[in-house]
Amino acid sequence: MILEGRVWKYDNNVDTDVIIPARFLNTSDAEELKKHCMEDIDLSFSAEVKPGDIIVAGSNFGCGSSREHAPIAIKASGVSCIIAQSFARIFFRNAVNIGLPVLQVEETEKFKKGDRLKVDIEEGVIENLDSGEKSYAAQPPCFLKEIYECDGLVNYIIKQGKMAK
Amino acid sequence: MGKTIAEKIIAEHSEVSELCAGDIVQAKVDLLMGNDISGSMAVNIFAKLNNPMVFDKEKIALIADHFTPNKDIKSAEQAKVIRDFARKYALLHFYENEGIEHALLPEKGLVKPGQLIGGADSHTPTYGALGAMAVGIGATDLGAAMLTGWIWLKVPETLKVLLKGSLLPWVTGKDIILYLISIIGVDGANYKAIEFQGEGISSLPMESRFTIANMTAEAGAKTAFFPVDDVCKNYIKDKAVGEYSIFTSDSDAGFCDTLKINLDDVGLQVAVPHQPSNVKHVNDVKDLNLDQVVIGSCTNGWLEDLRVAAEIIKGKKVKPGLRLIVIPATRSIYKQALDEGYISTFTEAGGVVSPPTCGPCLGGHMGILAKGERALATTNRNFVGRMGDKGSEVFLAGPAVAAASAIAGKITHPDQVIG
Repeated sequence: MILEGRVWKYDNNVDTDVIIPARFLNTSDAEELKKHCMEDIDLSFSAEVKPGDIIVAGSNFGCGSSREHAPIAIKASGVSCIIAQSFARIFFRNAVNIGLPVLQVEETEKFKKGDRLKVDIEEGVIENLDSGEKSYAAQPPCFLKEIYECDGLVNYIIKQGKMAK
Repeated sequence: MGKTIAEKIIAEHSEVSELCAGDIVQAKVDLLMGNDISGSMAVNIFAKLNNPMVFDKEKIALIADHFTPNKDIKSAEQAKVIRDFARKYALLHFYENEGIEHALLPEKGLVKPGQLIGGADSHTPTYGALGAMAVGIGATDLGAAMLTGWIWLKVPETLKVLLKGSLLPWVTGKDIILYLISIIGVDGANYKAIEFQGEGISSLPMESRFTIANMTAEAGAKTAFFPVDDVCKNYIKDKAVGEYSIFTSDSDAGFCDTLKINLDDVGLQVAVPHQPSNVKHVNDVKDLNLDQVVIGSCTNGWLEDLRVAAEIIKGKKVKPGLRLIVIPATRSIYKQALDEGYISTFTEAGGVVSPPTCGPCLGGHMGILAKGERALATTNRNFVGRMGDKGSEVFLAGPAVAAASAIAGKITHPDQVIG
């Protein structure tokens, strides 16, 4: 899968409370959640995000609450993948489980807001179309690749019939 | 090389006998937990699976606690989703208005040493105070696992934290965990288990252990472990938990790091906005007037927390203009606080006592902050907008500082209001 989009750049420790504040958690409707995505740290995000756009952040992205509403809101906003130095563990598994690609890259500081990126998810290669520079993401373990290929855990289980052991 | 508790418990629950940190395995859970927010989403995910049937009606606990008593129509519908699901599948453990999940499950005797627990809430590591391996998962995880009984897990590395020495006056588990988070940072234990060891543990009551294990999540930890010692065994003795297995790490187990904390160095801590790692000694946080003090949550809504707060507040008045909200974590704790006279103490002082709920901790209801307001809370997070408007501030502390600060109207050491 090859993705292309513009960068939305954020810092370290972006918590799930700012990705989607708890005052909106009385619904799990993705269309409703996306209207408020990132609004406590970036009011422009929900208004200006375009399909395919890519979030690039520092370390510990998605820390705090386990709310799956956070990756759901991001995915529903049209974001095609998230690139960060590291992810908080529950956010990471939630993203995998709903089929939102998350890539771990050490040198995220070289990406700027608005940069156009081309991302090869299978190969983990990220090309900055503005500078031509390439970065390489850590490869996910095989089992997680299978979940990605099924576009999430629900389809994986429907396909497998049950969890593989 | 020997094995850690985490490696042993996961091996016990998987079909892979030889595993080590970093492996991703499927593991069979002893207990699943979800609440009105995560559980309602999980129920909808469960419905998408082929001919779903719950794997074990005795091993799924659903607790309506976040927006309960229901704050609005949408939250009432979410609670109804898990209530109806529990009825449809005859789940043995559905609780509503009985308390906050992480205080309620231990109280009900659903948690025991050696279990593998998947909870759709980030503070699930709380149960490690009882020697269980409890990991936070998401709603899709929960929805799928309600069918399969299995979750996927990365076997974590383990950080050993040795507690030495003894507690200073007024210091509780909250101060110890804030102190630890200030050292290792908010991602210092990301993907790791934290195993607490050392003779300093024997002086910690269960409440402090729950508080510490609970907030290991604020350092990113996957799970936490306390030893199953006499204090722990006494706690579970009258809960009819049945047989259980105690796991300990081998002496030659591979820990990724070891950290020593001398409890004599741990004073009263306050985490200032907007990270739980921004920790200062209470005496270094001065002249900050408060609009609200909240004593409660899964972190510090235990009877012992209310006892400490009541001891300081008894016979005094809350600073005029400050709102004191006290939230016992469960109905049973509420009843005990009533019997002990703590509820009278809080109300006579000018505070208000709420039914058990997660409520204001996550900015849900029962104490939301307006723009520019400042609160001190015994809760677990002080992120931007956590308790209300993004222009409000939350300071985190233990029950003694919270109680003293409610009297003084500003962040205060308990010694300054006692006597």
